[in-house]
Amino acid sequence: MAVAAPDTALPHTAARANLAHALKDAAITALISFALLLPLIGFKTVQNMRNELELETRIPLLLAIVAIITAARLFGSLVIEPWRERRALRPHAEDARLTALKTTFANWFTPFAMGFVLVYPLIIMVFFPQGALKWIDNFGIQILIYIMLGWGLNIVVGLAGLLDLGYVAFYAVGSYAYALLAKEFGLSFWILLPLAGILSAFWGVLLGFPVLRLRGDYLAIVTLAFGEIIRLILINWVSFTGGYAGVSGIPRPTLFGIPFNATEQGFAATFGLEFNPIHRTLFLYYVILALGLVTAYVTIRLRQLPVGRAWEALREDEIACRSLGINTTNTKLTAFAMGAMFAGFAGSFFAARQGFISPESFTFLESATILSIVVLGGMGSMIGVAVAAVVMIGGTEIMRELDFLKYIFGNDFDPTQYRMLIFGFAMVLIMIWKPRGLVGTREPSAFYKERRTILGSHVKEGHG
Amino acid sequence: MEVFVQQLINGITLGSIYGLIAIGYTMVFGIIGMVNFAHGDVFMVSSFIALIALLILTTWLGMASVALALLIVLIVAMVFTSLVNWVIERVAYRPLRGSFRLAPLISAIGMSIFLSNFVQVTQGPRNKSVPPLLQDVIVIMEGNGYDVTISYRQLIIWSITAVLLAAFWYLVSKTSLGRAQRACEQDQKMAALVGVDVDRTISITFVIGAALAAVAGTMYLMYYGVVNFSDGFVPGIKAFTAAVLGGIGSLPGAVIGGILIGLIETMWSAYFSIDYKDVAAFSILAITLIFLPQGLLGRPEVEKV
Repeated sequence: MAVAAPDTALPHTAARANLAHALKDAAITALISFALLLPLIGFKTVQNMRNELELETRIPLLLAIVAIITAARLFGSLVIEPWRERRALRPHAEDARLTALKTTFANWFTPFAMGFVLVYPLIIMVFFPQGALKWIDNFGIQILIYIMLGWGLNIVVGLAGLLDLGYVAFYAVGSYAYALLAKEFGLSFWILLPLAGILSAFWGVLLGFPVLRLRGDYLAIVTLAFGEIIRLILINWVSFTGGYAGVSGIPRPTLFGIPFNATEQGFAATFGLEFNPIHRTLFLYYVILALGLVTAYVTIRLRQLPVGRAWEALREDEIACRSLGINTTNTKLTAFAMGAMFAGFAGSFFAARQGFISPESFTFLESATILSIVVLGGMGSMIGVAVAAVVMIGGTEIMRELDFLKYIFGNDFDPTQYRMLIFGFAMVLIMIWKPRGLVGTREPSAFYKERRTILGSHVKEGHG
Repeated sequence: MEVFVQQLINGITLGSIYGLIAIGYTMVFGIIGMVNFAHGDVFMVSSFIALIALLILTTWLGMASVALALLIVLIVAMVFTSLVNWVIERVAYRPLRGSFRLAPLISAIGMSIFLSNFVQVTQGPRNKSVPPLLQDVIVIMEGNGYDVTISYRQLIIWSITAVLLAAFWYLVSKTSLGRAQRACEQDQKMAALVGVDVDRTISITFVIGAALAAVAGTMYLMYYGVVNFSDGFVPGIKAFTAAVLGGIGSLPGAVIGGILIGLIETMWSAYFSIDYKDVAAFSILAITLIFLPQGLLGRPEVEKV
């Protein structure tokens, strides 16, 4: 770190000392990053014709990356550090107009975002008719599923403060419940949707029960173990779940019994439209949007109810909760059950949308992604979760579309393979930049607006 | 009987590897109270570093002596992996120290995703296999049609684990560094007040954890002869299970837990079902945490207001 010389020193010497310091710092950075990257970037293991491993060197690439890191460090200590120090010295009086602007933005953001998601498919269809299917499906529906999952997990993690790393298990239960019941018994999506939710909630209680005494990181690890156990069972119980091959040919959802296909009874024929696969995509988009809004509405309402208040109190202080007579067992179990139920809804929607599910979709990485969306958004904040889902999922989906980079880096360059690399790095960076999330943690819904002194008349002696 | 003895030998070998990784988890948890989620991936990275060092020595330099090559590979892997973990601690965890409870955990999960994908991008997604080293075995029990054997590889793994544990035990219990570590474990602020450099102690803890993970990584490569970018997750979780089973924060506990997990896994595979061996390990994790949260050798945690 560059240490600013005191202001009283001669400015000339101070600047020179600063420069020398920055150069030394950059040299150390160069050395460390060179050693750090030497094994894995400097060498590449490749298989030759006889299936033996051979080494190739990539020294130019290694040097280029080291140079970039060093330059960034130098820039940081020569330009950014002094700028931040100067800014820190400036008085902090915030511009009244800026504050007003921020408030206006905060007030209008939610209605605007709601309006935007409502008309998003229409905008896409008008302006990008060729790729509309992809943009509505990969971006719209995909992001909405994660927003819904994020909101569901937000109940468990954000409101009740129970760290759940196995959330994807409930998503899997919902998916398989829909897939298997729809295939075996031919029940419709609309009957199975609540059923899948109930089944997932049941599993939430079942898995929640043994872990009631745990908290913090221990709870996270046990829920992770449960998530993995469920995935391993899905893989190994081949006769029931189809193992790695998964379940395919899952019936698609219908609009009150009208299927979305090209037949006489199909949606297009019934309404006298020309058959277009985008009808189903649009339908699915609005279904998941409606499910997401239900999740949001239920969560906001629950926060006003005693159980919601109890969740938030539990998050703040479990011992205080218990001493105030809140039944922590029930409170935790309802949080698990509610969170799991929404995961079950999302899961059955996922199965219906894909038409094919396999254990591949329910790895630990999914749980980590959903949890990171909740934490990055700011625990407990609904808008924050939605913003984080758009940034993280939208961002990684955008990486699939960066084909133009091939013109810069050559045809071998495949941007999709850097997707998760950047995703992981972004998680670290956002945490360092804003440890409490992008939007900020939600304060408890119920609290005193100001400190109060308790009068003697309130606490009569002998009455506590 | 022969099967049992053979599985005992295999289980202890596997358990030694888990135990070495588990020490990294247990020390970091003891000192800063965080589950270092990226530790399993650090282990995987160390295995790749060992692989590259081995290839340099055998294919480029044509080194003939296997023992010498292994020793050099071990040292190279320890040095570079320590550097990796040192940098990870500086970049991803230190800025978050004293921050909100979940922040380091999310940062560690991000780091774990980053590391495994970094290896995938730079080294390719395929399994990397090396020609088997030290194939010779010693027959220790002749059964009818089934000989119980112990291979040189297993003997090497046992002896390296034992030697390192002894050295490590000395380091933690007898040196000033170990004392500083235990002081930080109890109370960081107080330790700082009496002149312990807390940042440095924590850095060294990460370095030691990484060096032991690198030993495990090298032995994993030698034992199985194959490594893949996704190999960090499951051994990482099992090692964490070992740390929890032994009592988190307790070093002998981590090793005992590792050997127990290794034994349970091999016995389960031999007598019940190989498909569900990971389920067995994860179930043990859940059961231990629920019924014996302090582990076998750990101190019970007292909840204070």
